Formats: sequence, structure tokens, C-alpha cells
Amino acid sequence: MIPLALAVIGLLLFSGLLALAWPARRMALRVSATGMGGACLLGLIGSAQSLISGTAPESLRAAWSLPIGELHVGSDALTAYFLLCISAVSGLAAWYGAGYLRAYTDRRATGVTQALFALLLASMVGVVIARDAVLFLVCWEVMTIASFFLVTFEDERSEVRRAGWVYLIASHVGVTALFVLFGVLYRHAGGSFDFARLAGHGMQPGAATACFLLAFVGFGTKAGLWPLHLWLPDAHPAAPSHVSAVMSGVMIKLGIYGLLRALAFLGPPTLWQGEFLLGIGIISALLGVLNALAQHDLKRLLAYHSVENMGIITIGLGLGLIGQVRGNPTLALLGYSGALLHVLNHGLFKSLLFEAAGSIHHATGTREMSLLGGLARAMPVTALCFLAGAIAICGLPPLNGFVSEWLVYLGAFRGATELGGGAAAASVAVIAMLALVGGLAVACFVKAYGVVFLGEPRRPAVAPHDASWSMRLPMALGALACVGIGLWPAGILALVSRPATLLAGAPGTSLDLPATVAPLTSVAVSVAALVVVLALVRVALLRRREVRSAATWACGYEAPSPRMQYTAASFAAPVLEPFAALLYGKRHEERPAGCFPERASHEVHHGDAAGERVLVPLVLGIARWLGRSRAIQHGRLQLYLVYILITLIALMAWQLSRTPWRP
Amino acid sequence: MNGNALDLAILVLVPPLLPAVIARTKAFFAGRRGQPLLQPYRDILRLLRKDAVYSRTTTWVFRAGPLVSCATALAAGAVLPLSASRHAGGFSGDIVVFAYLLGLGRFFTMAAALDTGSSFEGMGASREAAFSSLAEPALFVALAILAINARALSFAGTFGALTWSMWGWNAPVLLVACLAIGVVLLAENARIPIDDPNTHLELTMVHEVMVLDHGSVDLALVQYGSAVRLFVFGALFLHTVLPHLEVSHSTGAAILLAGELAVAVMVGVVESVMARLRLPRVPQVLAGAGLLAAIGLIIQLARSAR
Amino acid sequence: MTAWTDLGLLGVIVTDLFVLSTTRIGACIRALTIQGILLAVLPPLLHGGPGTSGQLVITALVTLLIKAVVIPRLLSRAMRDAEVRREAQPFVSMHLSGLLGVSLVAFAFWVGRALRLPIAVASDLILPVSLATFFVGFLVLVSRRKAITQVVGFLMLENGVFLFGLCLTRALPFVVELAVLLDVLVGVFVMGIMIHHIRQEFDHLDTFELASLKE
Repeated sequence: MIPLALAVIGLLLFSGLLALAWPARRMALRVSATGMGGACLLGLIGSAQSLISGTAPESLRAAWSLPIGELHVGSDALTAYFLLCISAVSGLAAWYGAGYLRAYTDRRATGVTQALFALLLASMVGVVIARDAVLFLVCWEVMTIASFFLVTFEDERSEVRRAGWVYLIASHVGVTALFVLFGVLYRHAGGSFDFARLAGHGMQPGAATACFLLAFVGFGTKAGLWPLHLWLPDAHPAAPSHVSAVMSGVMIKLGIYGLLRALAFLGPPTLWQGEFLLGIGIISALLGVLNALAQHDLKRLLAYHSVENMGIITIGLGLGLIGQVRGNPTLALLGYSGALLHVLNHGLFKSLLFEAAGSIHHATGTREMSLLGGLARAMPVTALCFLAGAIAICGLPPLNGFVSEWLVYLGAFRGATELGGGAAAASVAVIAMLALVGGLAVACFVKAYGVVFLGEPRRPAVAPHDASWSMRLPMALGALACVGIGLWPAGILALVSRPATLLAGAPGTSLDLPATVAPLTSVAVSVAALVVVLALVRVALLRRREVRSAATWACGYEAPSPRMQYTAASFAAPVLEPFAALLYGKRHEERPAGCFPERASHEVHHGDAAGERVLVPLVLGIARWLGRSRAIQHGRLQLYLVYILITLIALMAWQLSRTPWRP
Repeated sequence: MNGNALDLAILVLVPPLLPAVIARTKAFFAGRRGQPLLQPYRDILRLLRKDAVYSRTTTWVFRAGPLVSCATALAAGAVLPLSASRHAGGFSGDIVVFAYLLGLGRFFTMAAALDTGSSFEGMGASREAAFSSLAEPALFVALAILAINARALSFAGTFGALTWSMWGWNAPVLLVACLAIGVVLLAENARIPIDDPNTHLELTMVHEVMVLDHGSVDLALVQYGSAVRLFVFGALFLHTVLPHLEVSHSTGAAILLAGELAVAVMVGVVESVMARLRLPRVPQVLAGAGLLAAIGLIIQLARSAR
Repeated sequence: MTAWTDLGLLGVIVTDLFVLSTTRIGACIRALTIQGILLAVLPPLLHGGPGTSGQLVITALVTLLIKAVVIPRLLSRAMRDAEVRREAQPFVSMHLSGLLGVSLVAFAFWVGRALRLPIAVASDLILPVSLATFFVGFLVLVSRRKAITQVVGFLMLENGVFLFGLCLTRALPFVVELAVLLDVLVGVFVMGIMIHHIRQEFDHLDTFELASLKE
């Protein structure tokens, strides 16, 4: 398993180098994408094989030139599972990216972009195999930096630059928390950064709480959990679509991976940790989907849905922890397996959706939903793939999103019926919230799909075309994977059960995961069969009848215009109305006046409530406070040199005063 | 899947009877005679023989809408134990499968409505999305109450554990669950006071306005599908009200039929004595049902903790 | 018997939440009437039996008279005189106050489980329901502007106390019970007169504006 992972990293880096060195840009894209695709295929097959056969944990140590830490890599079921997720999503995204970037070859250094993309993928693999905190943080930073440069791909646009800065700052706030976390752990483990030794040490409850919160801030920022998600809805839309796909599909999941690893270092889990994660998950899921519903920009909408889905994953983790603490291994297994499966599922359908959004952007030049419409006829394959992704992300049967949400539901129901007191109440809160979030997600994706792909084009001038085959095929494969997992969940759970059992710890459960989900196959198949039968009946009935085409009846109105269609904002308005207190909406209205009104307009904008009401005032306050230090800024070079001199002298004096005087 | 031939036959054949019973009840209250009980069957058969017109704006999604909503309603009925005596079988979590299958049907109905490009139908879809997203938590909390009461994860276990004596010591909880499911029944099936299926003004419609452009076989499927959905929710309501009965299967089926008719009459009575709510009030009623269910849940949790 | 008591108590909670989540003052008063009827019926249900004492019947009748007939009448008249029908701008929105109400009910149940009473109670719901009614009454009292709705809140608060008394009713002489009822009646009279005068002086019933009376 380790040689395989190292080979994947090597191949990825080599593909990146090829992209840099190859003279012809278009060919470079194709060659490097082939290399990355091959590497991912290798990783996919290897990790799947390791998950099925259940290879024992391995580790490999080597010396390196850094003064701290060591080059220690390892693998276990969790590593293999995340490698599987990375490979599955990244391979398709790399393939799609080659097609996506082709349009930019004459304007930009696409080779550099491609090389950075390869570096991002390689660093993600590095994160999951690292078994030493220093190595882990190095890979983590490389991942952040590479993705920062990818986010700022279109750096001539000011909002992209802003998104990049916000992302960089948020990431470094998170990384600072991780530095502190590993520093504390280092002291507790008696001066070692080795994961194996970090895990072996028990902690005081106080220290464990502090470390847990640090891990939450550090990894939760990457994972985009509320209230640390503020960078996400800016950064994901700004990046090129295949990068958004990888960032949203897998990179933020590494936050979950990190959290899982960190939990192992904190000693036995406690109930409040589980309930904390449950609470954060519920808030993330609800606010994520509400904010998504309020967006008009397709990619921004998808980005907010990542917050929602990370919330669902976190709910699964919380249930798993509660199950562990309360000695209910079945609940723990259900929670963890739901969370882990959702990691893969969300990676698949979210990357699919981002890629579809990228194709739409390519074809029409806009991501603004109010300007789109009726794309299903011009882009049938993209439309079908987006529909598959939409159904999957809503968690509707018979696609893959349902399977993982269903496992989380099952865990929550088990928690509600088998545990007592607060844990049961929390479980029922999960059930109610998942139901609410599910209903809102359906509203959101009916809106997204309906407004973008159905109806009439709202801007008739544009004549869009479907994406090239190199972009359509990866999407189609992703959609097929979603359908496949939905129809045959037992197969994928055979892969999930090993890491989930590893996390749940106690093997003392009789729950057989593949057998648990087996009934879903029969449900899915019977629904599909019913649809087919009804369709055949309709075909048979209509064969003898006349079938005509006409304009939409619409209560007999004779002169409809595409601008009269329901827009994204008007569709979302009544759904959002009861939740207005949770959102930050701004309304610009110009009412029609007089007997012959000439112009009127109505605009709704939604910012992020957490950002606008908490973060912005906070940052402004800090800025004002720091503004006092402006007194020492004069802009004269000499003065700054004096500052440096003073600092130098002060430092030397301080250091010398500490060392005993030796004549 | 959880039915045998008799149950499935009832599920497929009986539903169109229910709208007729509702209409007859309403007619009785209005002092009229009302339509024949078999009228919905005749309507559906007549529609099946008609020519079809499709809008030029629409795509295959529009044609898939009625198919999927009808198929999912039938599948949801097959997941639910139907006969009053069959409280065995099923699988853990079929409760969630049930609700989400109906959600899939709703997704396609709304998408089909948006596919026409008509602002009326967009309006209907938007309202449906708003109301159903609020009805869903109420339904789930009510089902969770029953599941906790029975300590079971499947419909069969949940309903199988309900006994007459439970109405003695756990009456408030069961009553609340019944009320919440009753409100959801009215909301999901577009009945008064949530929505008026017979209204003539499109601006006030919710469900009907989404299917304005469907005709012919599609309209037949829509009508049949909504009858099935009413039947399925009726069965759910019935199982919540009625405790588990130790009777033969055919007797159970007979009780189911009688109960469904009673539910239809009840809906008819509600439609006759209540006015349709103003639209802004609907979310309040649905949220109220959710709050009510939450109260029941609190009581249930306090009791099961002891 | 327990089933009916439980249903009655459920009715009390439902009326609590209904008052919290409606803006119409008339509906609030009707809900209060229903709550009054329930409170009158509950003591005989709880403590009644074959040998029902006359005291119990008298208390029930007096309660019914005061809580379900006299007080609602007075409030309705005050509403008519003052010409206010709606609680126009509550301090807390209706959705939020509904949610707050449910949280208060949950809190009441949590407290009710922890609290130990000196004597055995016939139903496990009385104590939490009385606390919940008390809390919700308080919430109505602090979150509404109009004097009439505040009176409604105060009466609900009193209903909570009444229910709490039911838990201890064996120990509480019924003269005290009646005296409390009389106190409340007098209180409502006084508030009715107050409302009348506020209305005459200020042309509205917004108690928030009373703050301007301070120097």
C-alpha cells in the first residue's frame, strides 16, 4: 500500500513536471492529464484492493535533513479509504480539467496551472499517508499554497483576488491552530511528533478539551464547518471548475480526515465532543442549505451546499462518537460509516456538479442563474449529468447521496430509540433537522436545475453548445458512479466497513453493513422498473393517438416572454421567508408608480449572516484597535531602519542579560 | 418491499375511490348528491384515450414528471405495511425510504412544472417547495415519536408495538403524532385548509397549478398518482390511530379499506367545515404542526427516560 | 382516568404555544378561555372519585366561572373598548417566540424531572406542564407590547401557579385556593381600569411608550 501511494505521488509530480516542460501547451495538457489520470487510476485500484483484502497497517520511516520530525509514512484502512476518495474524484477532475483549460491555452500559462494542480493532488495524498506531525503539516501547507494559486487563476478579476486572500488568511488562521495543537501534543507525548506516540498518551480532561477545540478550529476551517466556512463560498466559485471540483470534492474532506486523526490523539472520546460535533453539524447543514437557496450564482450555490454536506458528515461523526461513548457500537458504526460514505458520495456528486457548472460557464459565459434558462436542449449530456448530481445531492433515492444520508438517519433513529436523555433528544434533533435540510435541498436543486436547464432561455441572444467530449465523459462517468452506488450500495459498503470499524473501535457489533443497505437495492430497482413500465404503457397508449406540439398553455396567455418565467430569486423567496431571521438579506426595490408606470425593479441580495453580523464587525473592531499603532508609521525609510536597529539592540541586550556573565 | 398480492392489489385498485368519497362528503354537506363513486376511474380511463399535446418548451423532464411521481407513490405504498394485520417484515429505516421516495416524486413534479417555462407553474413549484420543506420535519418528528415509543426502526415494528392500552397511558403523545400526521396528510395531498384542489383561480393554487400543462395520459397518471399518495398517507394515519390488531390478513385488509373510507370522509368533513387558509398562514400551520410534534416528542422522551 | 388528565394537560401546553404564536388578541383570549375550562376540569379529574367531596366541585365551579367566563368577558370588553385587535410589533417575532416556547417546554420537562415533590403526583405531566405554563406566561409578559396581551401573559403565569398548586392540593386548603382566585379577579379588574385609563390618556396601549413617563 505504501509503495503504491508513493508511486502515485511520484507519477503525479512527474505529470506536473511534464506539463511545465512540454513545449506545446495543448499537448502538455493532454499528456499531463493522462499522467494524472493514470496515477489516480492506480491509486483507486490499489486502495480498493487494499480495502477489500484488508491489508494490515504498514509504516515506513526514513531520515530526512530537517532538524525536527522524521519522514514517517504509513497506511491503514482510513488512509486507504481517503486515498480512494482522492483518486476517484481527482482522476475525473484532471481529465475534465484538460478539456476545461484548453480554452485558456492562448491566454495563460496553463502548464503552470496544470503543474500546481498535480502538486495539489500529490500533497493531498501526502496528507493522508503522513504519520509524523511535521511531515503532515508540510503536506498540509503545500496543499493550501497550491490551492491558493489555483484559486487565483483568473487574477485579473478583483473578486478572485479578494477570494484568494480571504482563503489564504482563513487557511493560516486554521494552520496556526494546528501548530498550537501539535505543539501541545508534542509536549504531552514527551517530545515526539510521531503519530504512533502521540496516540499512546492519555490527556487531562482540560488539555483534551483545549486540544479538541484547537483541532476543531484547525481542521474545521479547512472542512468549511460553520462558523469557519466564510472563505469557502468565495474561494470555490473563483477557482477554475476542475479545481473547485477537487477542492469541494476532496480537499475540504481532508479537514474531516485530520479531525478523525486528531481525535485519536485526545484519549477516549467524551459525550460533549460528540454533542458538540452534532450541534455544529446541524447548524452547518441548516445554514449551508439556506444560504445556498439564497444564491443566484450557480457555483456559489454549490459552494454553500458543500457547507451543508460537511455538516451532514459531521453529524455522522458526532453520532459515531456518541455511540462510542455510550457503549453502543452499532450506533457508532452507523454514524461513522454514514459519514465516511458521505465523504465519497459528496466528492462524486459535488465534483460532477462543479464540472457541469464549469461547462455552463464555458458555453454561456455566465454563472448568473437569472440570465440562464432552457439549457437542457442545447446541452443534453451536461443537463442529464447535472440532474443526476442534483438528485444525488438532495439525498433522494435511488442515487448514492440517499445511501449515506440514510445511514446517518438510521444512526439517529437508533440513538433516539436506544439511548436515553440528552443523547436521545440530540438524535431526534438530528432527525428533524435532516428532514428540514432535505426538504430545503430539494427546493434548492429544483431551483438550480429548473432555472438553468428548463424553460426558455432568459437571454435569447446566446447560442450555447454542449461541452467537448473530454469534459462530458468525466461527468458522465461521475454520474454513472453515483447511480451505481445508489443501485448497489452493498458493494461500496464492503469498502466502507473496514475504516468505519477501525474508527468505531469496538468490534463487538453484529451489524453487517452490506446486509443493512441491501433492501435499498430492491427499492431502487422496483422504482426504476415501475417508471419503465409506466413509460411503456404511455408509449403504447399514445401510439394510436395524435401527439402534437404547441406553445405552453399557461392559462391561455398568448404572448408569454421568457422574462416572465419564475427566476431563481422568486422561486426561493417563499421558501426562505420563514427563515428570514437566520439570513442576511438586502432588498432594493423600486415600486411602479402612477397610472402608467415606466420602470420598476426588485433586487434581493444575500450575504452570509455569520460574516456580516459577526466577522465583519469583529474584524473592523480589531482593525480599529490596531489602527492605534499607526502613530509609529511615518513612511520614512530612515525611521524604519532605526526601528530595526532598536529591535536588534534590544534583542541582543535581552539575550545577553539572560546568559550568565563569563569574563 | 413489504406487501403481498392482496395488499398490492388494494394499493393499485382502490385509491381513485378516495377522491370520489371526499367529493361525495362535500356534496352531502352542501346539500347536493355529488358524483358517482366510480367517477374518478371513468375520468382516468377517458384521459387515457385522449390525444396528447406537449409544449414546445418542454424536454424529457416534463414527460418524466408524472411517471416518476406516480411510480414513487406506488413504491412508497409498497414500503408501508398496508393491511391492518400485517405488522411484520420490512427493514430498518424503511420509514426514511418512504418519506424520501415521496420526495423524489415531488422533485420531478416540481421540475416538470418549471420545464414549461410558465410563470404560473413556477409559482406553484415554488410554493410546493416551501410548504413541503416545512411539512417534512413535522412528519419525521411524528414518526420518530412512534419509533421511540415502540423502540423500533421499521414501520412494522413501530406499528406492531401500538396497543390499545398505550392509548391509556401514552395518550397525549399518540394524539400529537396523529394530529401532526393528519396535518401533513392534508398538506402533502393539497387539501383544504392548506390548498384547494377545486379552486378556479390559478394565483391561489399550489399543487394544481403545477400540472396545468399536463394532459392525456400524463394527466391520468398525475390524478392516479395523487390518489395513490392520498391512499398511502391515509394508511399511515390509520396505522397511527389504530393499534396493532391480531386478526387474519383478509380481515386486516377489510379494516384497511373501511379505515381509508373513514379517512376520506374525515378529509371531506374538514374540507366542508373549514375555509382555505391565506397563503402566508400555511407555513405557520405547518410549523405549528412541527412544534406540536416537538411537544409530543418532549413528553415521550421524558417518559421513556424513566 | 390518567389518559384524560394527560390529554387535558396536553391541551394546556397547546394553548400556551398557541398564545405565543398568534398575533390576534381575540384568539389569545379564546385560548385563555379554553385553558380556563381545562384548569377547572383538571382537579376533579385528578382527585375525584366515587367519594368526591363537595369542596372539589365548588372549587371547580368557581374556577370555571372566574377563569372561563368572567375574566375572558372582561378582557374582551377591554379589547373592544381599546379597539386593538392585533399585537402589531411584538419584541420577539412569532416564529422565534414559538421556538423559544418549545425550548421553554423542554426546559420545564428537564426541571420537572429533577425536582422532587413531597407527595406523590397522579400524573407525571402536571409538574412540567405547570412550569411550562409559568415560563410561557412570563415570556408573553416580557415579549409583548400591548397591555391586554400582557394581562393574558400574567393570567397564564397565574394558571401555571394554579397547576403547581394542584400537585400540592391535598395540603392546600381550598379557602386559600379560592382566595387566590379572588385576588386574580381583583387584579384583572384593576388592570381593566388601568387599560381604560391608559387608552384615554395616550390613545394607544403600547406599554413600551410608558417609558417616556420617566423624568
